[in-house]
Amino acid sequence: MRYLPLTDNDRAAMLRAVGAPAIDALFADVPEQARLSGLVDLPRAMGEIEVERRLGAMAAKNLAAGNVPFFLGAGAYRHHVPAAVDHLIQRGEFLTSYTPYQPEIAQGTLQYLFEFQTQVALLTGMEVANASLYDGATACAEAVMMANRLTGRRKAVLSGGLHPHYREVAQTYADFVGFELDAAPPAPEGGEDLVARLGPDTSCVVVQNPDFWGEVRDYSALARACHERGTLFVVVVTEILSLGAVRPPGEMGADIVAAEGQSLGNALNFGGPYLGLFASRDRFVRQMPGRLVGETRDADGRRGWVLTLSTREQHIRRERATSNICTNSGLCALAFTIHLALLGEAGLTRLARLNHHAAVRLAERLERLDGVRLLAGNFFNEFTLRLPCPAAPVVEALAQRGVLGGVPASRVYPGHADMADLLLVAATELTTEDDVARLAAALAEALR
Amino acid sequence: MSDWSQALSSHAGGGAALAAATTSGNRGLQIEESLIFEEDMPGRCGVDLPEPPPFRDRLGGLARTGPIGLPGLSEPQVVRHYTRLSQKNYAIDSGLYPLGSCTMKHNPRLNEKLARLPGFADIHPLQPLSSVPGALELIGTLAHWLKTLTGMPAVALSPAAGAHGELCGMMAIRAQLEARGDPRRRVLVPESAHGTNPATAAACGYAVDPVPGNDRGRVDRASLEAKLGPDVAALMLTNPNTCGLFENEIVEIAAAVHRAGAFFYCDGANFNALLGRVRPVDLGIDCMHINLHKTFSTPHGGGGPGSGPVALAAALAPHAPLPWLVHGENGLALLEHREGAAREAFGRLKAFHGQMGMFVRALAYMMSHGADGLRQVAEDAVLNANYLRARLCEVLSPAYPGACMHEVLFDDRFLKGTGVTTLDFAKALIDEGYHPMTMYFPLVVHGALLIEPTETESRASLDAFIEVVRALAAAAKAGDAEPFHAAPRLAPRRRLDETAAARKPVLRWRPPAAETQAAE
Amino acid sequence: MSILRFTKDHEWIRLDGDIAVVGITDYAQSQLGDVVYVELPEIGRRVEKGKEAAVVESVKAASEVYAPVSGEVVETNAAIAAEPAKVNADAEGEGWFIKLKLADPKELDGLLDEAAYKRFVEGQG
Repeated sequence: MRYLPLTDNDRAAMLRAVGAPAIDALFADVPEQARLSGLVDLPRAMGEIEVERRLGAMAAKNLAAGNVPFFLGAGAYRHHVPAAVDHLIQRGEFLTSYTPYQPEIAQGTLQYLFEFQTQVALLTGMEVANASLYDGATACAEAVMMANRLTGRRKAVLSGGLHPHYREVAQTYADFVGFELDAAPPAPEGGEDLVARLGPDTSCVVVQNPDFWGEVRDYSALARACHERGTLFVVVVTEILSLGAVRPPGEMGADIVAAEGQSLGNALNFGGPYLGLFASRDRFVRQMPGRLVGETRDADGRRGWVLTLSTREQHIRRERATSNICTNSGLCALAFTIHLALLGEAGLTRLARLNHHAAVRLAERLERLDGVRLLAGNFFNEFTLRLPCPAAPVVEALAQRGVLGGVPASRVYPGHADMADLLLVAATELTTEDDVARLAAALAEALR
Repeated sequence: MSDWSQALSSHAGGGAALAAATTSGNRGLQIEESLIFEEDMPGRCGVDLPEPPPFRDRLGGLARTGPIGLPGLSEPQVVRHYTRLSQKNYAIDSGLYPLGSCTMKHNPRLNEKLARLPGFADIHPLQPLSSVPGALELIGTLAHWLKTLTGMPAVALSPAAGAHGELCGMMAIRAQLEARGDPRRRVLVPESAHGTNPATAAACGYAVDPVPGNDRGRVDRASLEAKLGPDVAALMLTNPNTCGLFENEIVEIAAAVHRAGAFFYCDGANFNALLGRVRPVDLGIDCMHINLHKTFSTPHGGGGPGSGPVALAAALAPHAPLPWLVHGENGLALLEHREGAAREAFGRLKAFHGQMGMFVRALAYMMSHGADGLRQVAEDAVLNANYLRARLCEVLSPAYPGACMHEVLFDDRFLKGTGVTTLDFAKALIDEGYHPMTMYFPLVVHGALLIEPTETESRASLDAFIEVVRALAAAAKAGDAEPFHAAPRLAPRRRLDETAAARKPVLRWRPPAAETQAAE
Repeated sequence: MSILRFTKDHEWIRLDGDIAVVGITDYAQSQLGDVVYVELPEIGRRVEKGKEAAVVESVKAASEVYAPVSGEVVETNAAIAAEPAKVNADAEGEGWFIKLKLADPKELDGLLDEAAYKRFVEGQG
């Protein structure tokens, strides 16, 4: 077995050194009735060729986004990742290191996380960011729980424009941790009034920008209304690239930002691993969940980095920790950091313009189709269409024609007749003129 | 006097001399590297993108107005920067990484290659399911392997890490208790447990009731049974436990837990010791998370991403979180809402289906080993740990007598009177080219040193490590404590002032001008 | 004439008239190590004997400071919030935490005097 260095000779010699007659002696504490004598019913060991053949066959059965015109978004976006990113994150020193508990020999990880925290704070317009959480949805739930701790209140108001999966995750945490959610119904056509839902017991209001339907909104007035009532204002961002073009949450009065960072540096991966971003204000930092890296000096006075404010965390606080989270999304954060370092100010803003341009061009093209109506007035790289018929069969028909045409709202909101005809469509820098033409043609045909 | 200056003065000798050794501060291959923000060349870009033609934006007046403040660098600068940073890290690729309860084993590169196949990496979680049958097949196959290895009938795959898996398991337990109209208040957690266990139980709305250990390093069965009652929802137990020992009364404990009407949650962090030799189901376990990033070699990546599937007994399976992979009439199907078989699902834990990238890696690892290789993994992991124990027990002080499982626990009695602490000893290992073992955990032992070599270390590698540890122990006992206090001297950084970092947290870079303003 | 008492949780309390000053003992600070953060209650809060009144953190540990007696918080020590090192430097003097207006002075009776606390700490070895 290629991954196991011990030889039978080694094993025999080591057993002698240990003073055990056979390996079974070392498992003597296992109750008799629980000892497996033979092998479990699974295939025997395979070489690289065989494993590659079998898993390659599974991979080949899937329609990869890069092979077809592709327009899906809804919380996961397909962007170009520069080759240097994947090369660098596969360096063994990054890939195969543990959480940086020994800072003297983990400065590489600690420094990139410090750079990551800075990038996230800059991008969101916030003062401080942590070293990442699991994904955008868990970050959103953690934001609500942090707001509960800070305000001593236990009820959060969620916008209907929040990604429905994020709402479901928050609801799961609410059910078990024990707090209340007032989730506004989805309002894809607009007209949501969240101020009317605010009460003296509201810990926070959670909105998404751009919202699930793609609409970009100014939330400054809502933030002010929250702050007048001692309510915190939480902004969720599922397409982090939008912040290269759109005013950041920090400028709209956000107290906490929870975001999905997958768009930068990370592949679609069928939904994971992704990258939860979490940013807030300096004065709230002691109630933030997740790891934080801070600057300090070593015994020779040289600058260095350490994990800090760990007393918030489970390994010290145990049942009184701010969160039970242990790991972050380190390697995804590294990919994000390197991609953003490559882009820089000029590259990120240009990439955002390219995305916006691609979406505007696509919207103009699709709006012209008979019976198709564009819902969003303002959008970044994604928008919602109302089709003249249910969207799910249309998407299925498009897939049969080799076009991955978007996400039907019914996939995430089944059983809502008013949303059955809605189709979410995204375009990015990877969307070509030809892709747009093929989607328009296929859609026209499917709607005929 | 600030603490930095205290730290400086107490280590003045060797450190200052080393720092002054070169004019650049660099030392051979160790290059001092500034932050990307300090290397900013405004306007420079490491990605060539076309500028879109002029067009009327549809941002509704919400376009960003000010600069973001991101630095500009070319690709060679970025590649060099992160390459240099990487060289400041210890990694399993470069050496033995004996962190107890962390299972730092070799990460095969085949797994990385396969996870990057476009058919896995370049598919969207909301693509029509008809376009991703191979992805469902992969998830189904992984579930089959995990179910076979644990003997449990169901597995929830979406948790993103071990702690997330714990949360998932405890939620399933609470959902089941509530469904049967029997809500309970307390969760029993041994004092030796990892901190995530009590944190998870508390996050799930339970009161945590600690259970003491006995003098053999196991949970004290009498105390545990005395604490069981009609208000106990679950026991959370790690097995093998964090002392590296198999809970030999586990079957009796499970029976007692079940008699009390409670569930038995097992923290599967140490599953590596059991692969193919013991099935958790045969121990009476109702629920166990599996760290794919420990047992099944998906890379730790400097602290994630992980993946924490949870094996569930039949009573808990109906409450598993969404989405569910089910065998339908037309093959595999995904239930994404509370419907049909999944109508009692307790909710959703993550935006999408789970850590697909980790699933591919873990399955590649399992298939590479096969049923025979996985059993060998457990045996070699246990043998390696016992080999270390046998060859170190006369120079260190084993916390408990007798054989261990996949990791061996020492305490700090061997350092008594030397003036050297567990921390000093660990830091001295760094200068010798090793990542230290887990220190000061578990909490039930004074000055704990917990060593887990894993099965991917050769005998020669273990022998080299043993020689170093023996030499250090001898040096400590010989009475020369000063080199230990000063360690590490040869790492990219010497000991860092964590007190200063926590007292005045600096958690991001700020431009120098802003710092000046803040100071005024 | 002030009265000085101690708790087995390593708090001290010094009573002057009906106002008591509360802090953690020198032994407690030595066990905690470098204090990096203290969280103090709001002025006006009523604390209950034996319940959490403040939090003190070092790099590796977080610990609750329990109220030795019940009462109303009338003052907190802003100096240790700004400079937690003061707790290490002078735990039983400038490093005080809170001032309480006592609810029931008789609650002091059950606490340890200086000699008894000293014996208690020595017993902790």
